[in-house]
Amino acid sequence: MRYAMAVDTRKCVGCSDCVVACQTENEIPIGFCRDWIVEVTDGTYPQLEMEIRSERCNHCKNAPCVRCCPTGASHVVDGGIVLVTRNKCIGCGACIASCPYDARYPHPAGYVDKCTFCENRVKNGMSPACVAVCPTRCLYFGDLDDPNSNVSVVLKKRKYKTLIPEAGTQPQLYFMI
Amino acid sequence: MKEELIVSGRMNHMVDPNLHIWHWQIPLYLFLGGMAAGILCIAALYFIRGREKDYRTAVRITPFLAPGLLVLGLIALFFDLRHKLFFWQLYTNIRLQSPMSWGAWALMVITPVSFIWCALHMRDLFPRWDWKYRWLKELEKFFNKYKKALAWVMLIYGIILGIYTGILLSAFNARPLWNTSILGPLFLASGLSAGAAATLLLSKNKEERKQFARIDLVIIGIELFLIVHMFMGFLASTQVQIDAANLFLGGPYTATFWIFVIFLGMLIPALLEIMELRKFYVPALVPAVLVIFGSFMLRFIIVYAGQMSRWLY
Ligand code: SF4
Ligand code: SF4
Repeated sequence: MRYAMAVDTRKCVGCSDCVVACQTENEIPIGFCRDWIVEVTDGTYPQLEMEIRSERCNHCKNAPCVRCCPTGASHVVDGGIVLVTRNKCIGCGACIASCPYDARYPHPAGYVDKCTFCENRVKNGMSPACVAVCPTRCLYFGDLDDPNSNVSVVLKKRKYKTLIPEAGTQPQLYFMI
Repeated sequence: MKEELIVSGRMNHMVDPNLHIWHWQIPLYLFLGGMAAGILCIAALYFIRGREKDYRTAVRITPFLAPGLLVLGLIALFFDLRHKLFFWQLYTNIRLQSPMSWGAWALMVITPVSFIWCALHMRDLFPRWDWKYRWLKELEKFFNKYKKALAWVMLIYGIILGIYTGILLSAFNARPLWNTSILGPLFLASGLSAGAAATLLLSKNKEERKQFARIDLVIIGIELFLIVHMFMGFLASTQVQIDAANLFLGGPYTATFWIFVIFLGMLIPALLEIMELRKFYVPALVPAVLVIFGSFMLRFIIVYAGQMSRWLY
């Protein structure tokens, strides 16, 4: 099993509903976020191009954050989801420094926190909170090993990219362009 | 010209707009660990080579600094942890892929060894010292018998600890400035030079001081060579590493790096040591303190600047 997410950058309008849904579902302390919106504008005026991305932890296949954790608090579970065990984490910050996407943050309680792909919901057959709430339905979540899952289907049809694949992390967040 | 504007809605404390998760604690920890490693390596090396008589201070006196430095280093590391109550998790797990884990365990081995080494030399510091209890005397006899083995353990773990202080950073490919294998040998060299400077500071024997001025000179030469190589490597690499090098070549850390690390921490002490070897009178205090200060600044600046360097996407 290999969980992954696909983001349709052509449908995303940057409304931040996914961000708020995550903050509510996962009781994120005020001022922090596990997912966020990035808007990129490039070109020369008036020929401008814009891309809006809903980003979060990439649940990397070759995750540097898991490798550098001295206690094993950062670990990979079934389906390739990268998680942090709170009462194993010492808050050393190594994993935060190791993530090229800066997807982790120090929770005010001391441990390190990040996107979990809403593992608790996914285990029970639901989709992650951000996917469930997206008003434009631009987020797709599912099992890449299953050719009929909605991520596999949509990725077969569309052109996509991943973020800084040259960092060697093998990210599992696919951005359809 | 084609321009790119990136707006991110993320503003996580200590992560945005650029990473600042590590403050003074980690560079201090790396410096103290590196200096202790340098002191212990030098002591072990001269002991193993049977030169203890000639370099008495380096083998018997300077190591008394090491346990203190190591304990202070561990305290600094402890201050860095945000989930302090779970500190012990470091010592219930061995994670071969994690440099942080290697370092924690190397410290766990070398700290007691350094205490034992000091205990064996108590009589050098306090001529009338004697252990109060019989079992302590027995223990002393036991360790004296295996002193050579102890010195080897000290040497090997000293090298591991010294290199580790660099590898801890170089293992992070997310921060292009750190992501160079030169940091391992560079930090080891910097620790050794701080260790040699400590003996220069403490020794009352003229010959020994001369020898350590020479050692310091050689190590400073090696450090400069490694730094030049580091920049060559960066400038010949990918854009993110070119940007990383530019933090020191015109960027925000240019002045601090060249003035404190290169000029005050390496070139001036090297010059003073050459003068001393040429029989000019130079108070040993000045070059020694400058070298130690430079070694401290090197780690400080690399840790801070590294957090500014990043991949852009
Ligand atoms: S995105 Fe960052 S936190 Fe998530 S798995 Fe990759 S390296 Fe780890
Ligand atoms: S902060 Fe926690 S999860 Fe991250 S590397 Fe340290 S112990 Fe592991």
